[in-house]
Amino acid sequence: MAISGTTEQVLAGRDLTAASRQRWRRSFGPDLDGFGFILPAVIIMVCLVVYPFFLAIWFSLSDAVIGEQGQWVGLENFMYLFGIMYDGQDLPWYLKFTGLSWDLSLADDIFLMTLRNTILFATIAVVLKGVFGLGAALLMQRATRMKRFIRGSILVPFVAPTVLTTLGWWLIFDPTYSHINWILANVWPFSWMGLGPFQWLGNPNLALSSVIFVNFWRGMPFFAVTIFAGLVAIPEQLYEAAETDGASTLRKFWHVTLPLLRPVMAVVILFSTIFTLADFGIVYVLTRGGPMNYTHLFATYSFTVGILNHEIGLGAAISLFLFPILLLVVILQLKMVRKESGYGV
Amino acid sequence: MASSAISTVGLEAQAKMPLWRIRKEVVTYASLIPYIAFSLFPLYIMFITSLKSKQEINNLGASPFWATGITLENYVYLAENTHFFDYWLLNTFIVTAVSTAISVAIGILAAYALARLRFRGVEAFGVAVFVTYLVPQALLFLPLINVINFIDDFIPIRDTYWSLILTYPTFLIPFVTWLLMGYFRTVPFEVEECAYIDGASRMRTLLTIVLPMALPGVACAVLFSFTLCWNEFLYTLVFIQDEVQKTLSVGVLTELVRGDIYFWGSLMAACLVGSIPVIVIYAFFMDYYVSGLTAGAIK
Repeated sequence: MAISGTTEQVLAGRDLTAASRQRWRRSFGPDLDGFGFILPAVIIMVCLVVYPFFLAIWFSLSDAVIGEQGQWVGLENFMYLFGIMYDGQDLPWYLKFTGLSWDLSLADDIFLMTLRNTILFATIAVVLKGVFGLGAALLMQRATRMKRFIRGSILVPFVAPTVLTTLGWWLIFDPTYSHINWILANVWPFSWMGLGPFQWLGNPNLALSSVIFVNFWRGMPFFAVTIFAGLVAIPEQLYEAAETDGASTLRKFWHVTLPLLRPVMAVVILFSTIFTLADFGIVYVLTRGGPMNYTHLFATYSFTVGILNHEIGLGAAISLFLFPILLLVVILQLKMVRKESGYGV
Repeated sequence: MASSAISTVGLEAQAKMPLWRIRKEVVTYASLIPYIAFSLFPLYIMFITSLKSKQEINNLGASPFWATGITLENYVYLAENTHFFDYWLLNTFIVTAVSTAISVAIGILAAYALARLRFRGVEAFGVAVFVTYLVPQALLFLPLINVINFIDDFIPIRDTYWSLILTYPTFLIPFVTWLLMGYFRTVPFEVEECAYIDGASRMRTLLTIVLPMALPGVACAVLFSFTLCWNEFLYTLVFIQDEVQKTLSVGVLTELVRGDIYFWGSLMAACLVGSIPVIVIYAFFMDYYVSGLTAGAIK
């Protein structure tokens, strides 16, 4: 009703004959209906996603600090992060004409650490989630009893508030109260081996492993449940056909299950990669990016620089590194949706 | 006669369950146990630790996996000495309820338009919804401070949970739209056609015909928004400094973790109580949740 109202308002100011009004309504009416329905969503998304996104780009090109409007500085924030300077001759030949110099030792060390951490973090976490998530999905498919209980418990890490459960892990990793260290010290085969106590969150490499571990714990259910849905959708006839041809369980898995899971796996991996890369809560709770910046990710480093050090410009530049990855994922996803063909039976 | 014959056949079949099948079941369940234990482990630790007295927690020789003397002092501490129940829990409820309501309402309209109406730019809008769904909060929190400050000049929302109610829909609406689009497509168009022929407007058709038929989808959208809101952390951490305006996650992290001496008991009690509403709701509506999870990724 509201929609036709707007149409009439639009038409009210025009002196149109009934016929031309009808023609007008026929050609633009559906458009107006559609626009009316999406208008609230568009307003919110433009004001609170699109505009802030361009504001982030503007910030990254300025020296804005909290409470101040900042001056245009071009690409200086990005150049600072990578240690690119205006003078000097050490550039490869194809960049010499720019008059810049690139010295990685002048780059922002913490940012380089962040890049390294992010690559390690995302790769290891996504691979772990994929492997164990696939395992869980296959087991869930084979389970015949207590299905709801099993699925429910496996999904809990994904549903429970991340920050609160991560605080639980924080206690488990605490240097004094660590449950893992307690097992290493008091339970037989380990107490005999004399391992630990480890500084799970104090040692740089252990800290990164711990953070990856908690991210794996939280994200694995997403893989498990989604792959499980993919498994259920594989038609039974294909397995029967494979059996008739004398395929073993392993061969059935390799030649039927895995190829048919590929589209689902691809989508889940893409989604998970984005959410893993943009992770903030787990790292912030467990290590705040420490020890010695060995666990900083883009989000936590951007938070440190932008909020704690008040350098919004540089902080926005750091967080924008998430964007190319996002773009890549969207393009891949859209390509995949285009040639989506179902299970082809 | 016939039924008893069938039941004996069934019994025989059961008694003669082949060995390979029994072995398969044992292997399946034996391998599922570590998964389940692993998934529930931190919650179990929270539960046990929250029931311990300070002395017992600090007795490092005793097993941290079991409580000998059960006490509720941590929960009492939470109620009496912190803003956990009277502010943070309540704020979280309000923020979650209001932003979920707003987002689902707006999402329903947009999803219906995307699923049913043909208008110029419909495809572009669909892609835009998908892209905004994937834009991480980490990319937007800095500029959103400016947006909130700007709005604050007209309506005082800075440092209150209203700023969260304003910003949470940014990640809820795209998801709800994306999810409901799929559900609306499953509603047969012929039913809607009848309503149009009877002279119903688009809005009325949506509200009285389509929505009731897509109710499972709406339930799923509500459930999903609820969980996403309840678990949100970054925006609250950045936008809110006032202790009594905080939501659970941020309140617990910033107010209960202080200095070098942690009150592990009350901290774990807070984490457990804060997790329970989501887990309970989800225990009842798990199937909706799962369908949303898989739809979000697969469709």
